Amino acid sequence: MAGIAVSTTINGDHAEFLCHPDETLLEVLRERLGLMGVKEGCGTGDCGACSVILDDRLVCSCLVLGAEAEGRQIATVEGMAQGDRLHPLQQKFLEHAALQCGICTPGFLIAAKDLLAKNPDPTEEEIRFGLAGNLCRCTGYDKIVRAVQDAASVMRGA
Amino acid sequence: MTFDPSHAARSFSSVGTRPIRPDGVDKVTGRARYGADFNMPGQLIGRILRSPHAHAVIRKIDTSKAEQFPGVKAVVTAADLPDLTDGDTSMYDILDNCMARNKALYDGHAVAAVAAIDARTAKQALKLIDVEYELLPHVTDVDQAFAADAPLINETIFTTGVDPKPDRASNVSMRSQFGHGDVDAGMAEADFVVARTFKTEQTHQGYIEPHACVANVSSDGTADLWVCTQGHFVYRQHCAQLLGLEASRLRVTSSEIGGGFGGKTHVWAEPVALALSRKAGRPVKLVMTRDEVFRATGPTSATSIDVKIGAMKDGTIIAADATLRYSCGPYAGSWAEVGAMTAFACYKLENVRTVGYEVLVNRPKTAAYRAPSAPMAAFAVESAIDELAKKVGMDAVDFRIKNAAQEGTKASYGPVYGPIGIGPTLEAVKNHPHMKASLGKNQGRGMACGFWFNFGGQTCTDLNIGMDGTVSLAVGTVDVGGSRASLSLVAAEELGIDYAQVRAVIADTSSLGYNDMTDGSRGTFSSSMATISAARNAIKILRARAAQMWDIPVEDVTWEKGHAVAKGETHGNLPNLSLKEIAAASGTTGGPIAGHSEIVADGAGVSFATHICDIEVDPETGATKVLRYTVVQDAGKAVHPTYVEGQYQGGAAQGIGWALNEEYIYGKDGRLQNAGFLDYRIPVCSDLPMIDTQILEIPNPNHPYGVRGVGETSIVPPLAAVANAVSNAVGVRMQHIPMSPPRILAALEA
Ligand code: FES
Ligand code: FES
Repeated sequence: MAGIAVSTTINGDHAEFLCHPDETLLEVLRERLGLMGVKEGCGTGDCGACSVILDDRLVCSCLVLGAEAEGRQIATVEGMAQGDRLHPLQQKFLEHAALQCGICTPGFLIAAKDLLAKNPDPTEEEIRFGLAGNLCRCTGYDKIVRAVQDAASVMRGA
Repeated sequence: MTFDPSHAARSFSSVGTRPIRPDGVDKVTGRARYGADFNMPGQLIGRILRSPHAHAVIRKIDTSKAEQFPGVKAVVTAADLPDLTDGDTSMYDILDNCMARNKALYDGHAVAAVAAIDARTAKQALKLIDVEYELLPHVTDVDQAFAADAPLINETIFTTGVDPKPDRASNVSMRSQFGHGDVDAGMAEADFVVARTFKTEQTHQGYIEPHACVANVSSDGTADLWVCTQGHFVYRQHCAQLLGLEASRLRVTSSEIGGGFGGKTHVWAEPVALALSRKAGRPVKLVMTRDEVFRATGPTSATSIDVKIGAMKDGTIIAADATLRYSCGPYAGSWAEVGAMTAFACYKLENVRTVGYEVLVNRPKTAAYRAPSAPMAAFAVESAIDELAKKVGMDAVDFRIKNAAQEGTKASYGPVYGPIGIGPTLEAVKNHPHMKASLGKNQGRGMACGFWFNFGGQTCTDLNIGMDGTVSLAVGTVDVGGSRASLSLVAAEELGIDYAQVRAVIADTSSLGYNDMTDGSRGTFSSSMATISAARNAIKILRARAAQMWDIPVEDVTWEKGHAVAKGETHGNLPNLSLKEIAAASGTTGGPIAGHSEIVADGAGVSFATHICDIEVDPETGATKVLRYTVVQDAGKAVHPTYVEGQYQGGAAQGIGWALNEEYIYGKDGRLQNAGFLDYRIPVCSDLPMIDTQILEIPNPNHPYGVRGVGETSIVPPLAAVANAVSNAVGVRMQHIPMSPPRILAALEA
């Protein structure tokens, strides 16, 4: 195999790997680096379960090549908590029962983190449109939206 | 198990609270392991080759090139899964569905599989398998398949349930009939009659996690299977039977499950993964693509339903009649029967008849989807009921209240109801502020009722008390949406200890007795029953140990709020012993303390819901927007109310997607044209409003805490509630689900 050597930063830690030219970042994260918190629901960019933040952009890691990670910063769900202190979004997802099966949760947490970084005080509609790239089949989104609203107010210190 | 029926008035300390679920932290930190999140040393990757044809004879499969491809370790076809079903036709159908034997019966039907050193090699190898097909005429539409001249899918199918037995094979595998009274006489007497035909399209459960498993068959005859499933014990039985393994030698571990909704109740890829592993002598991981999930798993039935209902001037329904045709894929199923049973279950009817037909089509084998078959029947019936109310000149809610079933009503499907919630949900809706809110231009409001049986089934639970006084609860019903939290609450309640002292886990098939799968809304209902009885058994032992520690007769020891209490004049001043103290002494008082329970959880209470929907329709484009949605449902007793609300909201959202957008679209070539989330399109966050919920608690007399199943009923009313809202908004009766923009425009122009 003609492997491409990639050097990158994941959740603040330096990481290196070899990958095929056509291997997706999702495959690299899950299969090569063991970051199984990044989920695959479709592999075609339609469900958002594989969401990660690449530098400061929210992306579907199934639509990004592993080789594109070279020299970039990647944030996944595994990097959200500080030790045993959960990120406010994680805490509020638990308190509001914003997950049932939980397979969509890592993607939603990452998408919500990106949303709140750009818009710390979103309206309900802004949350709904901001999270429209993430599918959840269990919850009907109600409790997810409430959890994000609540986390946003905690993060603003309100 | 007999229970004290006075529980309705009891007060609870843990049950009814809303603590954080025990599996929560792992799920928000990415540590929880789902089907695809598990690997074994030396594992191979399996992939399945699927038929591109809707109906074809498989003339020949040449796997030789694939077998020789570097990195390929095994190739299997039907020949590697010999028929061991011994005349069990439903198991034979499962086997044939896992791997086509003589004919490919739908676009997506598995025909061969490979295991290779990596996914890329496996994928390449699939292309080297040569399958020679002889195309046959196909049929994918339920009405066309029902017709006498339709292409025949299975020449051994003769309609059952008709007398005399038909002399020729057809695509109608079963006719079933329910009801009582004289429908024709009743209809003749009616002052008003509504008769309509309705259609619903096929939908998929749409769980976000694709099917995934890791199979490991060892040369000593033992095997392990890691899999996302709603029922690992059932998977073990099916896989063991299909592979010729002894059940006790196959250990199945259920992973965290990323949604099922009925779609993970049947084996598909698991027997194939086991066959590959057996042949290759190595573990095999098999994960479906989303395309495969759509083409080969799920879905629910497409239907076509005739409804006729007659009412008297005073609003009494005098007769109700329905004929329901349900597609079931290329194999017989039992879906139409269930539709026929549920259709009129909400009402008190003197004369009622439902006839269900199960129809074979060249589409994937249908699987249960949340209250399977009930939503379509409710769509047809509740649409006709709305129209009839208008004809009679009554309010839609009042008309339903007048005709609602009550305790003592003989249900249209046979039994006599105990205490039920249909009347109370209707009264709650009548008084709900949502019903009184004003509507704007192009907006409409609809409401509808729904019913589901709920199920109990075989259940086995172990409750082990650790020496440190914490409790581990091992259950065998897969947790699909928070049941470990509810069952921990129940154990805490019964033992009189803190929720935090209990940890519930899902045990694998080698660690616990048999459990039916988590379906029929049975997870919390049945496992809580078993947990209560296991806890009561543990309490017996705890009391005996306390008696021993105090050296007093066990009859003088009671159990109160997590403590053994000595009773009677002579022992009254002994200080209470806590569960923790008794547990700490267990090593010297007789060993470990545990309670077990094995039950058939009879008496699942039926459940009813009424939903309200406001919708806006753009008359130019036919686009719709749900503005407001309210769910009122009877839970019996809500063990963890937040998760009960979640079930209500999730079912409503799925029903809204079904009502407005989701459908399987087949081309003339019999191929599925929208096998992906982009083109199938389930509701996204911006499609929906907040979903308001109201939990009613009409205790189930057969459960010690009054619990009824809550998981499924919530998907029954939405199709009709949304259709009634759209019909009211546009002034035309909608008869075809989903009400996608083109269908709404067509209805407006008709
Ligand atoms: S897996 Fe990447 S969007 Fe679905
Ligand atoms: S919680 Fe199951 S898909 Fe969102």
